[in-house]
Amino acid sequence: MDSMKLRNLIIKEVWQRPTPMLTSLIAVTLGVMALVAIQNLTIFSENKISSDLESLGANVLVMPPDVTLQDYYAADLHGRTMPEEYVTRLALAQLPGVQNLAPKLCVSTTVKSHEMTLTGILPKNEFQKKSSWQGIGMLMNAVGSDRGCCATPASTDIDNSPESLARTRTIQELGEREVILGSEAASQLGLKPGNTLTLFKKKFDVLAVLPSTGTIDDSRLFAHLHSVQDLSGAGPVVNVIEIMACCDDAAGDLISDLSAELPEARVITISQVVETQVAVNGLMSRLSWVFFSILLLVGAASIASVMYANVTERRKEIGTLMALGATRGFVISLFLGKALLLGITGGIGGYIAGTILAIILGPNLLGIEVAPMPQLLLIGLVSATAVALAASYLPARRAAGLDPCLVFNDA
Amino acid sequence: MYQLESVSQTYERRGNKVHALDNCCLSIPDNDFVAIVGPSGSGKTTLLSVLGGMLSPTSGNVVLDGVALYELSLKERAKLRNQKIGFVFQTFNLVPWLTACENVQIPMMLNGGDSKDQQERALALLERVGLSDRTDHRPAELSQGQQQRVALARTLANNPQIILADEPTGNLDPETRKQAMNFLTEFHEDGRTIVMVTHDKETAGYAQRSIQLVNGVPREIERLRAA
Repeated sequence: MDSMKLRNLIIKEVWQRPTPMLTSLIAVTLGVMALVAIQNLTIFSENKISSDLESLGANVLVMPPDVTLQDYYAADLHGRTMPEEYVTRLALAQLPGVQNLAPKLCVSTTVKSHEMTLTGILPKNEFQKKSSWQGIGMLMNAVGSDRGCCATPASTDIDNSPESLARTRTIQELGEREVILGSEAASQLGLKPGNTLTLFKKKFDVLAVLPSTGTIDDSRLFAHLHSVQDLSGAGPVVNVIEIMACCDDAAGDLISDLSAELPEARVITISQVVETQVAVNGLMSRLSWVFFSILLLVGAASIASVMYANVTERRKEIGTLMALGATRGFVISLFLGKALLLGITGGIGGYIAGTILAIILGPNLLGIEVAPMPQLLLIGLVSATAVALAASYLPARRAAGLDPCLVFNDA
Repeated sequence: MYQLESVSQTYERRGNKVHALDNCCLSIPDNDFVAIVGPSGSGKTTLLSVLGGMLSPTSGNVVLDGVALYELSLKERAKLRNQKIGFVFQTFNLVPWLTACENVQIPMMLNGGDSKDQQERALALLERVGLSDRTDHRPAELSQGQQQRVALARTLANNPQIILADEPTGNLDPETRKQAMNFLTEFHEDGRTIVMVTHDKETAGYAQRSIQLVNGVPREIERLRAA
């Protein structure tokens, strides 16, 4: 048996007669649930995109002008070429924000009766050689060193191991008869570091096998750009120049600077590729607020209606309480307390339901892992409670304004 | 002690003025037991509402223990009702979703009483009205007579000096009516003032005196028992 307090009075009333409040509670819970689920998915999706962007290494592509970008990783498989000399022009231009240049040329070849893509890449030491014979010192530092422009440096952990190719899209050194295998290609060909294989009738040593990246690179072979150019007869051309730029510059003037430097080529920032996804996320985020607002408004209307009905239903009870000494303030507290309970329950319930929904939908719908976001609990709780209190205020005032004389028999 | 000084209460109904109380002068001394009788619409309930501090009269003064009741604020009147006045209603007016014990605790809760004391006193009061075995029952699980006894126990919760009863036996059978009136008589014998509105002559017979209201004017019709 509990002693009586305002709190107990509210809880007992709701507990004994939960049905009238159920609709309102469901509306409030759904409102918060929609917000939490969509916000959660949107935020984690944005994080995933951002992390993918970082893991791409390069974030700007220079391509022949008539190429359309369909898939970032396949952007060098279009078969069109541009002069390798563009690489030197870009290196000499010393554009602020450029950290790494990675020219590529892709050709098809058959290895052990497997159709493979051989990608020619230019190791960093080639840039250093060029800077020497050009007689300029600006590239004595490897391309990729920070020239003080990056407030947010792109991920360019300098690593001289061949495996760094998988992560940074560049490599420090690569011999003319050395080849690096993607993980899938290595297993397909049954090769490991130290083995040899024949490419364009020339023997190549397997320098390394790249760790799996989950991209098209896994099925490729990588050799020195100049070897690929010579052996395939393509000449001094490349399909694409991948540029790792400072994150901030890539989003700013760098693209126009690059376009000005290479008007013959097409410059695309990777942010354009994810732009659509980001826009969809932004739309979802804004929509979640719209859903949230609509559902909370529905909840508010439902709460107000239920509260008014509750006041009418409890007229005699309220009159009795007033006859027994309840003040107007007490009666208002009785109804607002109930609204508070409703808001808190709806806020917490909506947060839990929304989080569970996001955790279920995240991997299945968007392929992302989602974790609970406590800040959404605060938003849901505050909004649901504020709406419940605001919607109950007028009914509470009406209850407090009831004439206590109605308790008498013929009143 | 209640003093009603030229109290009038007028309502407007469809353009007509209705005098529920008409220049009513009445004195109810401490420990009085008054039955207010009269036909329907004679102003009995209005008088009870005015005495309870719940209906400000159109004119006149209501003085309780030297304090002009309607010069107090709403909050002060609510506090005064809570501490000095107990109510008994014809339909008992128990809160349906609270147990008997919790219903009795309501006036003490409104007075901000200590939680433990609330429970102890509620149990003692229920024992006094013979319901110690029904403390955890809800009103729907009790008979009419038992509900009225819970309401009587609730009336005593804050040990009020005055009890205002509105047709306290109106919904009871003869046996339980007698039981309820015996309790009210007991409460009167404790030293409380009881003002009871009733239609029933037999119930009015428990009072010390009866006042008949005719068109809002009180008239003492008989003194039934010695004080």
